[in-house]
This record gives sequence, structure tokens and C-alpha cells, in this order.
Amino acid sequence: MRYLPLTEADRSAMLEVIGAPSVDALFADVPGGLHLDGPIEGLPMHASEMAVERHMRRLSKKNLAAADAAFFIGAGAYRHHVPASVDHIIQRGEFLTAYTPYQPEIAQGTLQMLFEFQSQVARLYGCAVANASMYDGSTACWEAIAMAGRVTRRNKALLSSGLHPHYVSTARTMAKFTGDRLACEAPQLDAATDYAALADSIDGETSCVVVQYPDILGRIGDLTGLADACHAAGALLIAVNTEPVALGGIRSPGEMGADILVGEGQSLGVGLQFGGPYLGLFAVRDPRHVRQMPGRLCGETVDAEGKRGFVLTLSTREQHIRREKATSNICTNSGLCALAFTAHLTLLGEKGLRALAAENHRLACLAADRLAKVPGVRVVNDTFFNEFTVELPGDARQIVRDLAERQVLAGVSLGRLYPDQQALSGGLVVAVTETTSEDDIETLAAALEEVLR
Amino acid sequence: MHEGANEALDSHRTVTGNRALMLEERLIFEIGSHETTGVDLPEPQTGAANRLGGLARSEPIGLPGLSEPEAVRHYTRLSRQNYAIDLGLFPLGSCTMKHNPRLNEKVARMPGFADVHPLQPVDTVRGALEVIDELADWLLKLTGMHSVAMTPKAGAHGELCGILCIRAALEARGDPREVILVPESAHGTNPATAAFAGYRVENIPATPEGRVDLEALKARLGPDVAGVMITNPNTCGLFERQMKAISDAVHAAGGLVYCDGANFNAIVGRVRPGDLGVDAMHINLHKTFSTPHGGGGPGSGPVVLSEALAPFAPLPFVTRRADGTLDLIEEENAGEHHPRTFGRMTAFHGQMGMFTRALAYILSHGADGLRQASGDAVLNANYILRSLDDVLDAPFGDSGPCMHEALFSDKGFAEGLTTLDLAKGMIDEGFHPMTMYFPLVVHGAMLVEPTETESKAGLDQLVLALRSLAQRARDGDETLKTAPHFAPRRRLDETLAARKPVLAWSGLPAPGGVPTLSEQGGS
Repeated sequence: MRYLPLTEADRSAMLEVIGAPSVDALFADVPGGLHLDGPIEGLPMHASEMAVERHMRRLSKKNLAAADAAFFIGAGAYRHHVPASVDHIIQRGEFLTAYTPYQPEIAQGTLQMLFEFQSQVARLYGCAVANASMYDGSTACWEAIAMAGRVTRRNKALLSSGLHPHYVSTARTMAKFTGDRLACEAPQLDAATDYAALADSIDGETSCVVVQYPDILGRIGDLTGLADACHAAGALLIAVNTEPVALGGIRSPGEMGADILVGEGQSLGVGLQFGGPYLGLFAVRDPRHVRQMPGRLCGETVDAEGKRGFVLTLSTREQHIRREKATSNICTNSGLCALAFTAHLTLLGEKGLRALAAENHRLACLAADRLAKVPGVRVVNDTFFNEFTVELPGDARQIVRDLAERQVLAGVSLGRLYPDQQALSGGLVVAVTETTSEDDIETLAAALEEVLR
Repeated sequence: MHEGANEALDSHRTVTGNRALMLEERLIFEIGSHETTGVDLPEPQTGAANRLGGLARSEPIGLPGLSEPEAVRHYTRLSRQNYAIDLGLFPLGSCTMKHNPRLNEKVARMPGFADVHPLQPVDTVRGALEVIDELADWLLKLTGMHSVAMTPKAGAHGELCGILCIRAALEARGDPREVILVPESAHGTNPATAAFAGYRVENIPATPEGRVDLEALKARLGPDVAGVMITNPNTCGLFERQMKAISDAVHAAGGLVYCDGANFNAIVGRVRPGDLGVDAMHINLHKTFSTPHGGGGPGSGPVVLSEALAPFAPLPFVTRRADGTLDLIEEENAGEHHPRTFGRMTAFHGQMGMFTRALAYILSHGADGLRQASGDAVLNANYILRSLDDVLDAPFGDSGPCMHEALFSDKGFAEGLTTLDLAKGMIDEGFHPMTMYFPLVVHGAMLVEPTETESKAGLDQLVLALRSLAQRARDGDETLKTAPHFAPRRRLDETLAARKPVLAWSGLPAPGGVPTLSEQGGS
């Protein structure tokens, strides 16, 4: 009970002030038969710090940590080196244990950080305005589709076959209930990106086209023509990025005409964490769209003495004011993950991000060239950043499991992502980052040779 | 006295704007440079092979960099401009800010949890599945429900999950309905959620004593009503005595009951929502089980479900097979094991980093400690209510004991002084203000939630400050109108921020000729 400061003497004194005979008496409004008398059966009693730590360590050891394997898994979440100072910064109690900055005079630390974060994300994406973060990339993607519907007053979204299938599923789930119509095909290993076909499919009911950049197979394509086609038809282009480090090496989607930019910010500062908490990024190129954006926004202002300060702003879009007419039901954001992201990006800076991107790409090129030499393995992509797809002679799902037994986490099989697409069953999406050593690449190639033999 | 204090401060102006330990800090864009970095990386090789498809970045991004010492100092200085639970009491009703144990941070950072990818082969993440299963088991036993969807990323995302389960269940029985009833004391997220899920929202009034008007609710029920979203304990800080009758009436009319579980912390170990007839309820792990809120998230909002809704729960989820082993249900095997799921609502498995923290918190308390915690939270709130109800109006003070939070109004304040002024006065006294102007059913509402991790001595300090501020508000003390006087910033101009939005640093040219907000007139 080390977290509970009241003593029995305190409780008695307080009950006297209240005029109640016991703590249980304070639950008098709970109807008799529904009040539980004692601790719920089948659950353990309180435990010491040491006992809890031991229990949790035992559970954690049942997982194979990425650092203990040759690691090549990406497909929407990437392993990067996070400088030690980032974790120190987010563990400052004044950041870690603060609430949403509703009282700006005593929350300038969080608010200035969010303003800096918004500014960095807007630049990275080549946009005018970014919000103060969303839950993750997949929910941000759905919110972008919903926003495109509000802006264009149309309800047909065309999703590229290169969009992460979990993002597609998330959007489909939501669309079932809102009446939006979505169209999406599974990708084909040997086809080029589907931009031309998407452009041809745009009609007067199309609210948006959604593409991923780089896409689920790792391919990178020029979005300019597709953006023009969207704009000519009054539709919006939504670009989804799941690897922000890539934007240190390739052109930003905003620069190529994408209207709404969303993505997963986990790569910078946040870590893998078995899928969450992550960090949704959301930005718009045209500032006139700001009032249709979901989520929190931090803005600059002045205080009563004329000093610069920051506040949460444009809240008339939000649920606590607009209720059922709000742009989204989102209430919280991912403040602490946004802090990790912005601190990591500040440490990198322009120079560091570019160098990081270059190193990721160099190692990925090495890995692709090495894997291409493994008999039976074919590299599918001709463009990629730090992730590419190979085709294996056999079901990649089984091969991934066989490699895991050798402490090699080889990548994500397309069979796991697209269980009903037989044509993709040999596909394996391989990610390489600066944390991948040349030895790791050799280990993967050798293990693959052994497994395929 | 306060005005005088400010004049004294003004006569000691500093050239830097700093005030000894309280340091001003410029933006990273003003102190960093494009050439500075705090990370050692290999220099990019010129002329190296690339497969970027002709899309290599040529233009600068415009990102400032700081060296490591500059970065550590920047964020440390910023941190000191924040109030936080580590510094003092945070009596935010309905938000619930309690002590954040550091053991939980240590646990969440164990490599077996922090450095694991969501798409690793299932055999390499057995421990992660066990964490999810163990936490789920606690949530089910504490709520008396049938199953739990763990993936929702926050409370409002959990609300959406619950409403989507209701919608899917109604559609499965060929009975799509159009309306969700929401009491007027509900969180703003409730109507927004119902609308986002495609429902029409109708309000249900509260009784004069601050509870749902059962007769009004019954009168509105009918074949078009999909269900109700109700908060219990409610946002007036009261237990809905007639919750079971509400559930029975809704069920009799063919609807389903969603309970907003944001205030579950008040009843943990004492009442099970399942016994009250609830079909779905989200649990804010970050509130009830104390995962740090980090300046606005991340949250985590698992949803417990009745047997009727369980078949529709979203993917992915962890299940225990007949032989005792844990399995992960995803698209790959859902057809076989969970064919009626409404689908997926996020890319991966939910907030694993919050699951480990919540589980460590729950294990530390145990079944006995959780029951004691809810008892102490309610005791603390009633102590606040009774220590202040002679100086602050308590509109529902006679409606029975309050639960985890005490509600006051601005009745009795002198003309021209508001709840906002009292709140800003709290800042000068060293407290974070309570929740203001919520719930909407009370004029000038103040919702005070001390939580169970505050000591009696700490509460007595809060009472001392609030009694003094209440008296000043009654007496018409004009100095309250300019509070806070001692915070890093005086009152901030929120109207200006909304009228002329500046949402990004614009001191440098934006890339690619992107128009800035000011050029567009901020429309």
C-alpha cells in the first residue's frame, strides 16, 4: 500500500469532518445487493516493488528483444537508435507527469514543445500546418479520409494498393459505419505503383486518393501527376508516410502537391514497444483547411505583459465545445511521444537527419544486393528507401518462423499481411536501418541460404 | 497587496528576461542551426549508388539542430515552466491525476517489452501476450464482464470501439437503429463518438439532484434507439443510483448500454459494472491505473464487453485456447475463430507500453489495495466537499455522498468575478486549478478530484488556499482578475491566438513556396 498516504488516524479524523461512520458508508448510493463486501476473489493481494519487478522481468524474458536478434522487421514500425538523452528528457517529471495543457500559464513547457513539434512536422512534410499529434499513423490516416469528406462534401475514397493493409482495414472498419465508400486492391509484386490507374478512376464523387510513400512494398513513386489529377477533379491527395526518416532522403509529399499528409512518427524517439503507444502525424498543405483538421493545435500568442506565449487554440472544432458536430471525437493526443519525436529530431537537426537517411539507404542497398545473391531469392523493387520486398521460393510465413528459431527476425511475410492472396505468399518485406550491422546482413543471408537449401 | 508585489518585481527587471532559477527559453528555430547536430553519424557518401527513383531530396528541409548539451538544457529549461503531479496536487475532476510510480517506467523499459516489434512471429512474443492476458483477466474480474477489447488507443477511441460493437450487434440481428441517447452531463466525447459512428444524438436531461432523469429516458426509448451512453459515477460526481433500472429499461426496449468508464477509479473493487447491466465500458488505464499522461497522452482505453457484444470485438486480440496456450487472433485466423468481428481500429495491438505500466500498478496494489484506493479517493473527495461547502456553493451537496470528485459552483461570487479568476488564483497559491465549467449543467462549475494519492496534510493545504480564494471571490477582490501574478506567464490572450492563428514558426522561408497562414488571412 506504499502509494496510499492516509493513515487510519487520518481516515477517522476525516470521517468525523464528513459526518460519516465509515468509508463504506460513503458508498451508500450503491444499491445493497450490488455492493461487494471484500476484495474480489481470485485476484492476488498487494505486492512489494521487488516482487512486481521480478514478475514483470520474468514475462519480459519470454519475448525475443530486437537487440538479441538479427533484426529486419518494418512494415509500419521501425527500429532506430534513440539517443540516451531523449529518454532522459521525457522522464523529466514536469513533462512525464503533466496533464493536457489546459492552464497555459503553468504549461508553457509542454506548449512551446508542441509548437516546435508542429513546426518541425510541417517542414518535414512540406506543409503549412501540422497538429499536435494523433494516436498513431493508422488512425491518423482514417481521420484524413474523414476530413477529405468534410472538405469536398463527397464520400468516395480511392486507396492505393500500396497502402499498409492494417491502415486499409482501419479505414474500412470506420467506413462501414459512416457510409464512406472505399476502393482498394491488393498489391501485385511485379506491377509498378498504381498511380496511373488511380488517376483514371477519379470521378465527381471522389473525395480523396490515398497513397503511401514509400509504400508497403517499399516502392517510391513521384506523386506530382497524381496530385494534379486529383486537383483537376476537385479531390484531395492524401499521402501516408510510415517512416519519417525517409523524408530526410527523399522529397516531401507536400512539395509534390499532396494536400493532407499523415504518418507514423514512431521511428523518431518512440521505439517499437510491441505496437504502442505510437505517434500519429497530421498536416495540411493549404492553411484554409486548418478548421477541418482533427486533434489539438498549439498556437502562438502574448500574455498580459506582452511576452510571447503559447496556448491550445481553435478549439471550436473540438468535441468539448462542438459535441456531436466536432471534427473528431479525439480528446487526448500523444504528447509524450511527440516530445520524444521532437527531442530526437532536434538532436539530429537538418544535418543529422540527412546523414541518418543516407546511412539507412546505404545499408538497405547493401542488404538488397546481398540477398539477391542468395539462390532462389529475387529482389522485387527497383526503388526503395530502407525497406524492400523479396520473393522467396516457398511460403514466406514458414520461412520467417524457421529463421526466428535461429534468432533471425527476417521481416514481415506478405502472407501474414494478406492472408487471402496466394500470389503474395512468397513475399517478404525486409527493413534495414542504421541499427543493422553489415554482420547482421550476412547473418540473414547465410540463414536464408541454409533454410532454403 | 498583489499589485504591489508586481511593481516591486518590475523595478527589478533583468536584461535577459530571466529571473534567477526561472529561465526564459527561445525556440529551437532561434537557437539551433542547420549545421549543428547532437548525434554522431557517418558523413553521407557523395556519388553513392541510390535506388530513390529520382526523388532524392534536393531542397533544404529547414530543421534546426542542437548539440547534445544544448538540447538537454533546452528541454530541461522548458520542463521547468510546467506544473506536474510530481510538483503538487492536480485536482482535475474527471481527468484524474494521481501519483505516477517510477517502478512502472522501469518495467515498461525492459527490453523484452520496449524493444519488441508488433509483427514478430508469435512464438517470439509469448511474454507480451501474457501481459495482455493477465491485465485483461484483472479488468474482467474487476468489472464482472465477459471479454475485453484491448486495442483502443485512448478513452475516446474506446468509446468508439464500444459504440461500434453495439452497432455491429444490432446490424447482425437485422435491427439497425438510428439514435443514441446521451445525458446532458456526459463528456463531450460521448456525443462526438456517437455522431462519428453514424448515429443521431439526442440529449436526456438531468434531475434537480444531478442524476439521469429515468422517466425522461424511459419516455424516449423506442424501436429507433440503439442505446444510451451514460457515465457512472457521473460527471456531477454522483453514483447513478438507478443504473440497473436504466439498463433494464434500455434492454427491454431492445437497446444496449454504453458506460463511459472514465470515472471507474471511484468504484474499483466495490461495484462491478457488469452487475449494473452495462454492455460495454472503456477503462482509461492512464487514469484508473495511473500511467503518466505526459502533457496530453498517450492514453489507453480497453473496452470490457458483455457476452452479447463479445463476438464483434475488434482485431487483433489475444485469446486462451482450450489447452491453456495463448494465441493471437488477426485477419489470418479470424475467419476460423472470430468471424463476426467488426474489423480493426488501429494498426497494431494497442498501447503495450501502457499495459505494462498498468499491470505493474495493479499488481502493486493487489485486490485489497485497489479497494482501499477507491475508498480513499472517495474519502478525500468528501473531505474536500465538507471542508468547503460553507464558503463554496455545492449544488448537489445534499444528493448523497460525492464519489471521487466534489462539484462546486460560482454562486455567491461578487459581481464580475468568475470561476476562471478563482482558478487563476489557485496558480499563484501553487496548485493546478481544478476542472472548470464542466459539467455544463452547473453554472461556473468547479470539479475537484483529489484522488487517493494525496495525504491529509496536502488536502488541508488545498482547503486553506481554496477557502481564502473563495472568500476573496465573495468579497470582490479585484486582484484576482489579473491572476496569475507569479507564473512564468501572466494571462495569455487566447482570443488573439484563435483570431490570428500562428501555428508554426515562420521566421525562415517555408519550403517549396508553401503559403503561410498569415498570407491566407487565417481564414
